[in-house]
Amino acid sequence: MKPSPPRPKPDPKAPRQPLPLLDPALRHTPAEVALGFTGEQAKIEALRCLQCQKPTCIDACPLNIDIKRFILRMVDGDYAGAHEVISEQSPFPGVCGRVCQHELFCEEACIVGRRWDPVAIGALERFAADHARLRMQELVKGEPRKPTGPKVALVGSGPASLIAAYDLVRLNYRVTIFEALHRLGGVLAYGIPNFRLPREILHEEIARLQNLGVEFVTSFIVGKSATIEELFEEGYEAVFLGTGAGLPYLMEIPGENLAGVYTANEFLTRLNLMEAYRFPERPTPVHVGKRTVVVGGGNSAMDAARWARRLGSETTILYRRGRAELKARIEEIKHAEEEGVRFEFLAAPVALYGDPHGFVTAMECIRMELGEPDESGRRSPAPIPGSEYRIPAETVVAAIGQAPNPTLQRVTPQLHTRRGKIVIDEAGRTSMNLVFAGGDVVRGGSTVILAMKDGRAAAAAIHRALSPNGGNHDQPDH
Amino acid sequence: MINQIIDRRELAPAVTLLEVVAPRIQRRWKAGQFVIVRPTDHSERIPLTIMDSSPERQSISMVVQAVGKTTQETVALQCGEAFADLAGPLGEPATIPAGKRVVCLAGGVGVAELLPVARAYRDAGNQVIVLCGARSNEYRILDTELRAGAGPVHWATDDGSFGFHGNVVALLKTLAGPGAFDEGHVIGPIPMMKAAADATRDWHLKLYASLNPVMIDGTGMCGGCRVTVGDSVKFACVDGPEFDAHRVDFDELARRNGAYRTHERLALEHGNGCRIGLDVR
Ligand SMILES: Cc1cc2nc3c(=O)[nH]c(=O)nc-3n(C[C@H](O)[C@H](O)[C@H](O)COP(=O)(O)OP(=O)(O)OC[C@H]3O[C@@H](n4cnc5c(N)ncnc54)[C@H](O)[C@@H]3O)c2cc1C
Ligand SMILES: Cc1cc2nc3c(=O)[nH]c(=O)nc-3n(C[C@H](O)[C@H](O)[C@H](O)COP(=O)(O)OP(=O)(O)OC[C@H]3O[C@@H](n4cnc5c(N)ncnc54)[C@H](O)[C@@H]3O)c2cc1C
Ligand code: SF4
Ligand code: SF4
Ligand code: FES
Repeated sequence: MKPSPPRPKPDPKAPRQPLPLLDPALRHTPAEVALGFTGEQAKIEALRCLQCQKPTCIDACPLNIDIKRFILRMVDGDYAGAHEVISEQSPFPGVCGRVCQHELFCEEACIVGRRWDPVAIGALERFAADHARLRMQELVKGEPRKPTGPKVALVGSGPASLIAAYDLVRLNYRVTIFEALHRLGGVLAYGIPNFRLPREILHEEIARLQNLGVEFVTSFIVGKSATIEELFEEGYEAVFLGTGAGLPYLMEIPGENLAGVYTANEFLTRLNLMEAYRFPERPTPVHVGKRTVVVGGGNSAMDAARWARRLGSETTILYRRGRAELKARIEEIKHAEEEGVRFEFLAAPVALYGDPHGFVTAMECIRMELGEPDESGRRSPAPIPGSEYRIPAETVVAAIGQAPNPTLQRVTPQLHTRRGKIVIDEAGRTSMNLVFAGGDVVRGGSTVILAMKDGRAAAAAIHRALSPNGGNHDQPDH
Repeated sequence: MINQIIDRRELAPAVTLLEVVAPRIQRRWKAGQFVIVRPTDHSERIPLTIMDSSPERQSISMVVQAVGKTTQETVALQCGEAFADLAGPLGEPATIPAGKRVVCLAGGVGVAELLPVARAYRDAGNQVIVLCGARSNEYRILDTELRAGAGPVHWATDDGSFGFHGNVVALLKTLAGPGAFDEGHVIGPIPMMKAAADATRDWHLKLYASLNPVMIDGTGMCGGCRVTVGDSVKFACVDGPEFDAHRVDFDELARRNGAYRTHERLALEHGNGCRIGLDVR
């Protein structure tokens, strides 16, 4: 070990470093909005960490990333080392550093946050990841490893399966991820836009899994291309279902099937997965008219509205509750506002009107008021009779939530479900022997980090089930 | 090699049969189901009906009519080349009764899409009659296969160059009336399916239509393929593509399918423009 220079003292009182952002005037392309810390900022922010005796941040991270230790490496300027520390738990710092809800997990628990602003753990994680990109070539060099343990099938390539694959392949399982679409990543690929998560970052972090020996099979729909039983017959000894919540809810109002009316899933899939913003260079188009109304108050609503703004449309988010009830992250709401998205609170759509060619032209809305809190503690909105009004809209996006994708459940009646969600026990086991599940298909819509938490728990449960003595399979050479 | 084209035949002008290696789909598919393909790595995802399969060659066949950019890219593939992506079998299989008198109606490339369904009807012990429509004699396809596999076949051509002069629904009305059939299946252009539904509304016949809305994922995720059937909205890729023809809102389907017409023309022009300057791989 080379001698390290004396370390400066922690300085938690230094102001929390703000993430540099792309100038709102320049946000008319899919370029990333959050630019990431400068080296100078990373240094200041890393020094804000107290290196606590009892680092509460680590327990609060659902992946138990050794935050304290990776930040210490950053204090030393050893960014590659920081990335390695994170990699002990997660190969996805580039993804999580961008889209994880750190304000609810690690940063919420950070001790510094008791007196000052918490350490910007998410942004530091991202910095380490961005730095590692410079040596990604080196990280994924050479032939993929060849694991030799039992075969495990993971269904869906969203965050739940991806982290399970990482854990299992490191235990030498032969892991195959089956994905229905032609691209990998689940919502990370088709839902979350480039301007929040550049595609290269996602692809590179997935490529690391490939290099570790995870096999990916795209265009394979479990339940259609093969049943779960057939996967077992083909030698898979355990199956994990991470099929997500991809079935969009409809508004169920007259005019919903007019042209120009999209679910958020369709709108975002056209733009993110099929790159409709590059039409006609890319073959898939999207209709974005002069005015767009997005209905909803979650992440999907913000993402759809921000895309519409980028395509030059005057964009309004219509939400039936108030600002305080918005479900999207504060950061997303702020960015949407900077980009000129207008919010209309306490209003809901009641009907859509179109032109003779069947294209939407206007939305009829009704004002809402918030009633008493219900058992969930949320105040439920009720329409104010007679308050209907009309707004023009050539594009309408319904971003009002999703239910679990039913394809697999339909052909697998022995799989217990409750309101479409797959039921699991505390170990992640479904009603079928050696079939596990996690992520949005179990929780309904949730978050990337909770899906990863489930995937990790399921991987551990699979390991216990297939190696009852807890024994490792022979580790491959690397 | 998987997804590889092992046979390619032109059945009629701009109508091409492609046989593709796809062992899993070959083992599992049923009449009425479809696949989603991306012919090349920069193509859209489009749905195509599975027409036939061969266990010996572990293959499935589709018949493709080149109408726009992606179907043109599809039929441009040659033997030995492979689809970039091929997913399936998707959708619910067709409803096949037993011991019924069944009429099958198809138009254009729908004749190919009908073939497996008509065969399945016959194999399940139904009495099948097939009515097909084509623009003219040279556009008639799969006549021999239908006769061998399903039952008697009658043709209608728009220009009268073969069989009945007129459309296939007019032919149906000259051949039969209320009570003639217990069930039916119609597949083809939207106006033709709508006309068939209208013509048979009080024939006491259960008529199924196999719908062709614009699809993106084909897995129930986007809702782009939604159609109105009676009082409910269905996703054709997972609930269909077959629905009760008498309850389908065909006008809405036609409007939705036409929604990208200007874009489609642009895409095609762009594609053709590129081909002048660039070496197409
Ligand atoms: C627009 C949008 C923005 C979001 N933004 C954020 C955010 O900023 N931060 C955050 O934490 N969370 C966000 N979320 C939520 C988060 O993306 C999800 O909670 C998370 O992706 C769930 O992960 P998953 O692995 O369970 O499933 P998914 O990511 O949904 O992946 C499931 C995959 O399984 C595939 N699949 C489904 N059925 C089958 C089958 N039968 N066979 C094979 N494959 C199948 C699907 O095609 C899909 O690729 C957002 C969600 C959306 C829709
Ligand atoms: C379940 C299903 C099964 C199908 N099976 C077959 C098949 O076996 N063989 C075959 O040739 N075609 C089939 N189709 C239709 C085929 O998918 C479309 O022709 C194709 O998507 C058009 O793509 P494109 O880029 O070539 O043309 P585009 O440029 O997208 O469209 C060109 C023209 O075709 C029309 N069109 C677009 N989409 C459709 C559609 N889904 N159905 C009908 N017309 C459309 C447009 O209005 C336009 O006039 C099927 C469609 C569905 C939904
Ligand atoms: S994964 Fe999320 S919770 Fe864990 S350290 Fe990173 S940002 Fe924090
Ligand atoms: S809780 Fe905060 S200050 Fe303490 S180790 Fe974790 S990040 Fe550092
Ligand atoms: S094509 Fe997307 S839901 Fe049917």
